[in-house]
Amino acid sequence: MSGHYIEIKNLKKYFHVGKKLWLKAVDDISLDIDKGETYALVGESGCGKTTLGRTTLGFYEATGGEVLVNGTNIHKLGKEERFGFTRKAQMIFQDSYSSMNPRMTIGDIVAEGMDIHRLCSSKDRAEKICGMLDMVGLSSELAARFPHELSGGQRQRVVIARALALEPEFIVCDEPISSLDVSVQAQVVNLLIERQKKMELTYLFIAHDLSMVRHISDKVGVMYMGKLMESASTTELYGNPLHPYTQALLSAIPVPDPGAGKIITADMPKGEKAGMINPAPGCRFASRCIYAKAVCKETAPELRKIKGGHFAACHIL
Amino acid sequence: MDRLLEVKNLKVSYNTWKGKVRAVRGLEFHLDRNETLAIVGESGCGKTAAVKALMRLMESPAGEIEEGSGIFFEGRDVLAMDKKELVRLRGGDIGMIFQDPMASLNPTMKIGDQIAESLMIHRKLKKKEAQAEAREMLRQVDIPDADFMAQKYPHELSGGMRQRVMIAIALACRPKILIADEPTTALDVTVQAQILELMGELQQKFGTAVILITHDLGIAAGNADRIHIMYAGQIVERGRTEELFSNPVHPYTRALLHSTPKIDSKQKSVLYSLAGSPPDLMHSIEGCPFSPRCGNSKDICRESLPETAKISETHQVMCWKAVREMGGGEL
Repeated sequence: MSGHYIEIKNLKKYFHVGKKLWLKAVDDISLDIDKGETYALVGESGCGKTTLGRTTLGFYEATGGEVLVNGTNIHKLGKEERFGFTRKAQMIFQDSYSSMNPRMTIGDIVAEGMDIHRLCSSKDRAEKICGMLDMVGLSSELAARFPHELSGGQRQRVVIARALALEPEFIVCDEPISSLDVSVQAQVVNLLIERQKKMELTYLFIAHDLSMVRHISDKVGVMYMGKLMESASTTELYGNPLHPYTQALLSAIPVPDPGAGKIITADMPKGEKAGMINPAPGCRFASRCIYAKAVCKETAPELRKIKGGHFAACHIL
Repeated sequence: MDRLLEVKNLKVSYNTWKGKVRAVRGLEFHLDRNETLAIVGESGCGKTAAVKALMRLMESPAGEIEEGSGIFFEGRDVLAMDKKELVRLRGGDIGMIFQDPMASLNPTMKIGDQIAESLMIHRKLKKKEAQAEAREMLRQVDIPDADFMAQKYPHELSGGMRQRVMIAIALACRPKILIADEPTTALDVTVQAQILELMGELQQKFGTAVILITHDLGIAAGNADRIHIMYAGQIVERGRTEELFSNPVHPYTRALLHSTPKIDSKQKSVLYSLAGSPPDLMHSIEGCPFSPRCGNSKDICRESLPETAKISETHQVMCWKAVREMGGGEL
């Protein structure tokens, strides 16, 4: 057993969408996350980030490959082990409203996991709920309210409280801040970082906001159409992006500084991404890449080590 | 410079079963020829309600523009226009792009016909001419293979392509003003950059003035000449883009700028965050609408609406602290 807390090995998740038609949402992805670390997955909408997050938690059956958490393959768990795993691993969804039962009170929502796992007696229940709400900076009066009575920022905190109530080790955060306003995003990010430091949480942080990712993560993986294109430590990836797609993504972020100059699209990928169903052989990015050569259209590049800890999948490097 | 649009004391409210939501509370701004004005604010601050009102797209009884409001397009009173004049204004003089192109395109109509439709109404072209012009517009917005694409339906296109079609429709009649309401929010960053660049190019080519509604200060910084910051239905700070970024005065503007992580900020450090949430626009607001969330609020802030402080000819802010320091001034 190696030292990584989470090891994803050659994970594949294909969806069958028609006769001989496969949507390869996650195609042969490997990555490791250490305990207490934040691994951020970035990429544009529809690139398979969420599918990877869900398959990592076992929400989806994997088509191939394995996910090891603390050395155990989570796709091969028995019923009881699976139940134990759901306490240790939690998920925070993008849309807080649709991930809550609208007919349950906030208190019941926060306590639901604890009830299922019998983590508190009925005597301590109310106190525990207040404690959790307090931890995420919400007033305990909210416990009697319903989800629709809360603002988006408050609801996202409730979702975080619900996940933390089980004292998990690992949380998949699927775009936890992208539906929130800028001023509220900072509140939620601060909360996630503070909890991580106190509870030694491991995060798989799925996002498309690259400036927030830089702030919160230790390692970053860039996905494009089901493939991992580049993976490195955050400082390395932002300081020295190697893959043409990563470079394009980073240069396309609008910077809140009028002196920063216009974004130049001449160096950027042409057009938009093609469909993911039965993708053509070769590099998935080749059709948009400004450096593409003949070999890029023929064989898919392997993710290979460029230098210590920095991996990229590209023929031209 | 030529004044194209003048908005005076605009008040817009929605009627709901719970009561009146006063979404826009006394908005004042103007737009000159060829410039880009960005209106920046968070969700629910009244940005969209304000621009809808500009084109009189508020249907009574659901929503109304309150008495005392003034909207003047090239000196003409928009609020006094009859139906015929409004048709000319909407789509003819002012074009609009919405956030969600799928919801604003007709799903049962080929995109070529949708562009031709507005040309036939506003420029009185014959069907054949209109369709030829529509294909030309598709070329202008960099849609490849225009003759073929004109025959497609909206659902056959990607999000970025649909937004290009929206831009083609909005600009087909060469409007004097283009209102872009969060035009790139639904798009990926690389596509967003393409669309913003295209809008900039076409603006140059056709000499259109743009009102860009966005919540992203990054987009405003890269594309606008002037920026207005909106909070709770009012403009709290206005200035030229450089002024606003080099010297943000209103605590809300500062909070917006500081709550996004900086390139050089330390990883996992605590981000500046604004406590609380915006006021409920259902109720009347006493004093400065930002005072409950402001770290510097004094008695006067909670009691009366701030006057406007003039930082420079073009830079004004609605804040008592700035008034004390700079002295009050007229807008």
